[in-house]
Amino acid sequence: MSTNQEDIQALVRNRTYSAGFVTDVDSETLPPGLNEDVVRAISARKQEPEWLLEFRLKAYRRWLKMTEPKWAHVHYPPIDYQAVSYYSAPKSMKDAPKSLDEVDPKLLETYKKLGIPLREQEMLAGVQPQVAVDVVFDSVSVGTTFRKKLAEAGVIFCSISEAVREHPELVRKYLGTVVPFGDNFYAALNSAVFTDGSFVFIPKGVRCPMELSTYFRINERNTGQFERTLIIAEESSHVSYLEGCTAPQRDENQLHAAVVELVALDDAEIKYSTVQNWYPGDENGVGGIFNFVTKRGDCRGPRSKISWTQVETGSAVTWKYPSCILRGDDSVGEFYSVALTHHRQQADTGTKMIHIGKRTKSTIVSKGIAAGHGQQAYRGLVRVLPGAEGARNYTQCDSLLIGDKCGAHTFPYTEIRNPSAILEHEATTSKIGEDQLFYARSRGIAEEDAVSMIVNGFCKDVFKELPMEFAVEAQKLLSVSLEGSVG
Amino acid sequence: MLDIQNLHARIEGKDILQGIDLRIGAGEVHAIMGPNGSGKSTLSKLLAGHEDYTITDGTVSFDGADLLELNPEERAAKGIFLGFQYPVEIPGVSNMVFLKAALNAQRKIRGEKELDAADFLAWVKHRVKQMQMNPAMLSRGVNEGFSGGEKKRNEILQMLVLEPKLMVLDETDSGLDIDALKIVADGINLMRSKERSVLLVTHYQRLLDYVKPDYVHVLAGGRIVKSGGPELALELEEKGYGWIQQAA
Ligand SMILES: Nc1ncnc2c1ncn2[C@@H]1O[C@H](COP(=O)(O)OP(=O)(O)OP(=O)(O)O)[C@@H](O)[C@H]1O
Ligand SMILES: [Mg+2]
Repeated sequence: MSTNQEDIQALVRNRTYSAGFVTDVDSETLPPGLNEDVVRAISARKQEPEWLLEFRLKAYRRWLKMTEPKWAHVHYPPIDYQAVSYYSAPKSMKDAPKSLDEVDPKLLETYKKLGIPLREQEMLAGVQPQVAVDVVFDSVSVGTTFRKKLAEAGVIFCSISEAVREHPELVRKYLGTVVPFGDNFYAALNSAVFTDGSFVFIPKGVRCPMELSTYFRINERNTGQFERTLIIAEESSHVSYLEGCTAPQRDENQLHAAVVELVALDDAEIKYSTVQNWYPGDENGVGGIFNFVTKRGDCRGPRSKISWTQVETGSAVTWKYPSCILRGDDSVGEFYSVALTHHRQQADTGTKMIHIGKRTKSTIVSKGIAAGHGQQAYRGLVRVLPGAEGARNYTQCDSLLIGDKCGAHTFPYTEIRNPSAILEHEATTSKIGEDQLFYARSRGIAEEDAVSMIVNGFCKDVFKELPMEFAVEAQKLLSVSLEGSVG
Repeated sequence: MLDIQNLHARIEGKDILQGIDLRIGAGEVHAIMGPNGSGKSTLSKLLAGHEDYTITDGTVSFDGADLLELNPEERAAKGIFLGFQYPVEIPGVSNMVFLKAALNAQRKIRGEKELDAADFLAWVKHRVKQMQMNPAMLSRGVNEGFSGGEKKRNEILQMLVLEPKLMVLDETDSGLDIDALKIVADGINLMRSKERSVLLVTHYQRLLDYVKPDYVHVLAGGRIVKSGGPELALELEEKGYGWIQQAA
């Protein structure tokens, strides 16, 4: 591998994060710092009802008593929570846009650069595969497409702030029921200061007529993003939801602590896919997003199903365990994950499957890829409670190492309190084969392309779970993230 | 076409090739035979650009170019193909995707137009048929779960799709059943022409019955110790290698 070492070094240096631009919008940002007044200010700015302010304050007071979790296999400098600004909104959004026509053209331009042309999407409806998009820029949602068509089906898809205004009874009924306000340090912080996020409600018996998707973007310097997403699928309904995330390239770290709650009632199905490409920092580990996220789905009704698919290529540090509470009998939980860490990136990610109902089934497929000095940990818990007669779990956990300065670790935990449970576990760790690379190159395929081809092959079992359009995007993202990884 | 002079190569401090001289002209078929561990695979992989070997002396030119200056993908584009003694599995990457990427990468390096999906599909299906393979294999991972014989046949399929100028086939006949050997030999013969050359590494006469060599060489201890016509292979089959090594 030494002959083209120099070329590869050059590639590493030239590697650019294509989503790394900053948009120059006039915004209104709260000064850094966190106290009860800030929590009240956020709530007031969003004209929230009293009960929500109470929820925030309870969370804030709990958070004060909590300490940051330290058990994850990641290292980062201490975060000064008083140096973060907890609210930033583009000024032109003050009176919240009613339609895309009222959205600041600069924002539309930003999303276009990211490959999310909101306006064209609406215009081309019917030509392209239909995807309804909600976008969250720093702390506020800037517009949701395809509203009318969704409304006809009875589907509610809007920002969580709007849901609080328009459908307070639904938000109040479900918010915090899957991830309680004091669940963990970051969830408590989020519950206190969350600013925006998406809200989805699929009524009984409805199959959502299109993919729903939210793009999150952090733009302002020194702001944290604390979005909150709540998806409710009533009896026998079905929805597929995708979130994408990007941030500008900045030298300082930025904090992102989201909470996602999913509720699936009887026979309902929620498919939740994530393509996470927050700015990862540069090759020396300068900058990048700290991504501390709590995602949990509650299979509340019998035969319900929640499926998480995630492609995690961004962020400097990732701490994330999308989980399923399999409460309903015969409910099904799935977790398909590709996590890639390159340069100095670190990820500690995995899932929790909590089997409560009878004959509940879970599947975990985790593919971790580490390159450069990247560090990768899979952490998964399968817990079978005494009542979960006939529970089943299948776990497959594979790691692929590129180079010899990176690392992969697996921490599988099981707690089985019902002897009828059947668990299968497979784990492999392999180095990307020199022989595979030589084989591909001897057929004419350039080394970088060969690496990305081999890695994509390794991830195939997860990619096939993604909606078609996004599978292609995920493959490209993986190839870009791997640039400069060989040599 | 290929001119190897005084080639010395070493791996992990061990000298494997100790002065190989070999010239292969356009349209010729050469066979290399020799005891286990004599350096046949080393020579084959070295020609394809394997980077683990250190070349301590000698030159290799191919079509007038200094082959040792080129990386594996450039050599492939120039027309060198190695049929591996142990073909490698690439799980999750379909044969179709792999072959299309390979052919178009070569065409791109050569400044030719890349084939679109439809043209490529027609071309690869034509070759699959010639190799009497099940087209369903195209959507399976590269050699993933293939039997030993299937892997070898897949090497020849790749060769037919890529249409190289110099075909270096390292024990492609090993592990093939009688019918498969015939199909593989037919595949090789299909590719023979005045412009294309073949270097067959083999332990057995069987393949040479189907693919008639112009020259046979014996590689022992990292050197070509004897060269002759097709009759040399028959003699080896009868007497083994002992008599040559004693004479050498
Ligand atoms: N990485 C390595 N380190 C040390 N020795 C090696 C290495 N690779 C090959 N060799 C040695 O080089 C010699 C030549 O190996 P090579 O594979 O070329 O033999 P061959 O002629 O193809 O044998 P066979 O007929 O069994 O296929 C052998 O002695 C082998 O052990
Ligand atoms: Mg050999």
